[in-house]
Amino acid sequence: MPTTIALAGNPNSGKTTVFNALTGSRQHVGNWPGVTVDKKEGVYRKDTRFSILDLPGTYSLSPYSAEEIITRTFIVEEKPECVIDVLDGTSLERNLYLALQIMETGVPTVLAINMMDEVRLKGDTIDCKRLEAELGVAVVPIEARTNKGLDQLMEAVMHTIQANRHPKLLDIYRLNGTVDEDTLADQRYTYITSLVEKAVCRGASLEGFKESRSDKIDKVLTHRIFALPVFAVVMYLLFAATFSENFLFIEGFSSPGIALATVVETLWGWLTDLVSHGLLAAGAAPWAYSLVIDGVLEGMGAIIGFLPLILVLYLLMSFLEDSGYMARVAFVMDRIFRRFGLSGRSFIPLLMGFGCSVPAIMATRTLDSEKDRRITTLLAGFMPCGGKLPIFIMFVSIFFADGNKTLVLFFLYALSMGVSILISLLINRIAYKGQVSNFLMELPQYRLPTLRSVWIHGYEKVKGFIQKAGTIILAATILIWVLSSFNMASFNGQNLEQNDTILAEMDTSFLASVGKTVAPIFKPLGFGEWRPTVGVVTGWIAKEMVVVTMAQLYSEDVNEEYLTGYFANMDRDELLNLGFSDGRYSADEAFDIYAEAVLMEGVDEGGLRTLWQDIRTKQAALAYMAFNLLCMPCFAAVGAMKRELKTVRRTAGAVGIQMLTAYVVALMINLIGFLIW
Amino acid sequence: MTLGSLRPGDKARVLSIGTQGALRRRILDMGITPRVVVQLIKVAPLGDPLELTVRGYQLSLRKQEASLIEVEML
Repeated sequence: MPTTIALAGNPNSGKTTVFNALTGSRQHVGNWPGVTVDKKEGVYRKDTRFSILDLPGTYSLSPYSAEEIITRTFIVEEKPECVIDVLDGTSLERNLYLALQIMETGVPTVLAINMMDEVRLKGDTIDCKRLEAELGVAVVPIEARTNKGLDQLMEAVMHTIQANRHPKLLDIYRLNGTVDEDTLADQRYTYITSLVEKAVCRGASLEGFKESRSDKIDKVLTHRIFALPVFAVVMYLLFAATFSENFLFIEGFSSPGIALATVVETLWGWLTDLVSHGLLAAGAAPWAYSLVIDGVLEGMGAIIGFLPLILVLYLLMSFLEDSGYMARVAFVMDRIFRRFGLSGRSFIPLLMGFGCSVPAIMATRTLDSEKDRRITTLLAGFMPCGGKLPIFIMFVSIFFADGNKTLVLFFLYALSMGVSILISLLINRIAYKGQVSNFLMELPQYRLPTLRSVWIHGYEKVKGFIQKAGTIILAATILIWVLSSFNMASFNGQNLEQNDTILAEMDTSFLASVGKTVAPIFKPLGFGEWRPTVGVVTGWIAKEMVVVTMAQLYSEDVNEEYLTGYFANMDRDELLNLGFSDGRYSADEAFDIYAEAVLMEGVDEGGLRTLWQDIRTKQAALAYMAFNLLCMPCFAAVGAMKRELKTVRRTAGAVGIQMLTAYVVALMINLIGFLIW
Repeated sequence: MTLGSLRPGDKARVLSIGTQGALRRRILDMGITPRVVVQLIKVAPLGDPLELTVRGYQLSLRKQEASLIEVEML
């Protein structure tokens, strides 16, 4: 049985840096039961008999927030052998408040005073020996960023455990027999003030207020006038560095996120080709070939394709978090987001949702309250992500060729935001009524984050996504593959007799049958036919799949004759641009290129004529776009939602709300549109 | 007067906290206790929340929360 040491401390005290330094890469991220708070455990890298648990960062042990309850319950009930409380030496008074509360529980405690370098820089000195004498527990000065003092800290911990040294009851609590928490809070701070007077020697800062570097930075970053432009630039950089194909407005210059994603996709393409050749050479049956290529590799590709985006976004996010700017984001945006029942910090996940909901949902973990995390996770699915855009572009080009296309796109973006605000307000009103949200938040000092902690953050996120979301994505992708590749005739030999394979075409598959059964539900929305219905379903694999599916299902419009005719008048350069190898038309490539370079880009306004038979009006087309915008996001995003919301029940609930919202909104569009057009 | 009516640069001493329950605890936990001296640093660009220095660190809180805290100017 390893000895358990728990790490406690205020947010921004450097607790996680201490944890990373003590455990190295040997950590395991789990979760506390029932809440969206990470439970990080690791083994002390210099002595594996000690396991270290990273408790959530809290300012106190008051039983209000999830983090506080977890920390209190763990310390009181699990009784770790020792608690290390990490304190930020530059704001010792507030940090000592939690230290006193921990010591009150009687658990063996060691105080680690962090950021000693900054304390020195301020000109202050902290007399740790004096603190030790006054408090009766070991007090060790450390600089976690540079690993200074960590060995001494662990020595002190081992001494404390060996001597079974419990904190003595401090004099302040003997004043009256029964004091209420209120008086106690006051008494703790009174005691702390006297303690700090004895042990801390203020240097330059006492004689006239000396402005620290952090204060100077803050003057600009939260300046009355500059704050918003600076904020806009930082947010642009965050978004563009992850998603932009023309980074910093330079044509064709990929951002780190896109560049990395391209590399991964290329490698994955090679692997798929390799496996494909291997399977063909081995004479694999068409169904087995399809299972591996269209099912398993497609599904795994869906997972892997997101990893570069998650990694890059998370590296940047943890940079913002560790540097102290994230707290200022909340400070600047709070006024707006509070009206919608969210906090200023929700801005970043929702902004990221315009690129991709998967990293957006993962980013909700940085929000302060459980309520904000859950609501923002749900709302991220409503954002018009990069995968939904091709759907809009194709539908706008076909159905609104004669109208103002930009206006329709603008309407969809506005709709996404309007619906998000409405749903957030509704959930706040219904599910969280009476819950007081407060905005008492520390604005930490600006600090340059360490590469190690930023890297560990990013790496942990990627690993977590594969572990927690991977199964859902793979299973769901394979399920859709089975539904779209088989029908009853696959199993009674009819397909084999007629086509030499047991596989079925999509328009006779189980999926088509499901589509035909479900389609009537969508009648009131204006697109109650089986082909648009199947499109919605395949959109859950990846939203842009809606376009490809449409091209497959309306095969009478995308047959060889049509394609030959469409590409006939193009010269070599145009064909090369579209992606034909050698700039020559080839029937093998034509379908994919038509789906991806023509339909998704909205170039062929006369394409998919038969679609008009299923979706007959502009309002129905708008309703269809709105439905795809708001309904359940792709499986990858649902996997990420499951990771954040923890339980199947909550995830199903969130998806249910999304489906219902999509239905109601699309219905309203179809009805109102009917009156207007 | 209340903390919410201070102007940037003003220093004040906290007299009492006019709320109960979780919010009161949170205010106390963050170090705003009777007799402590606070200084208002700035107001956010959109007019809310506020930033103040208390017990050697920077704390932000909304005007609405600040208006619950009774102070006297120094």
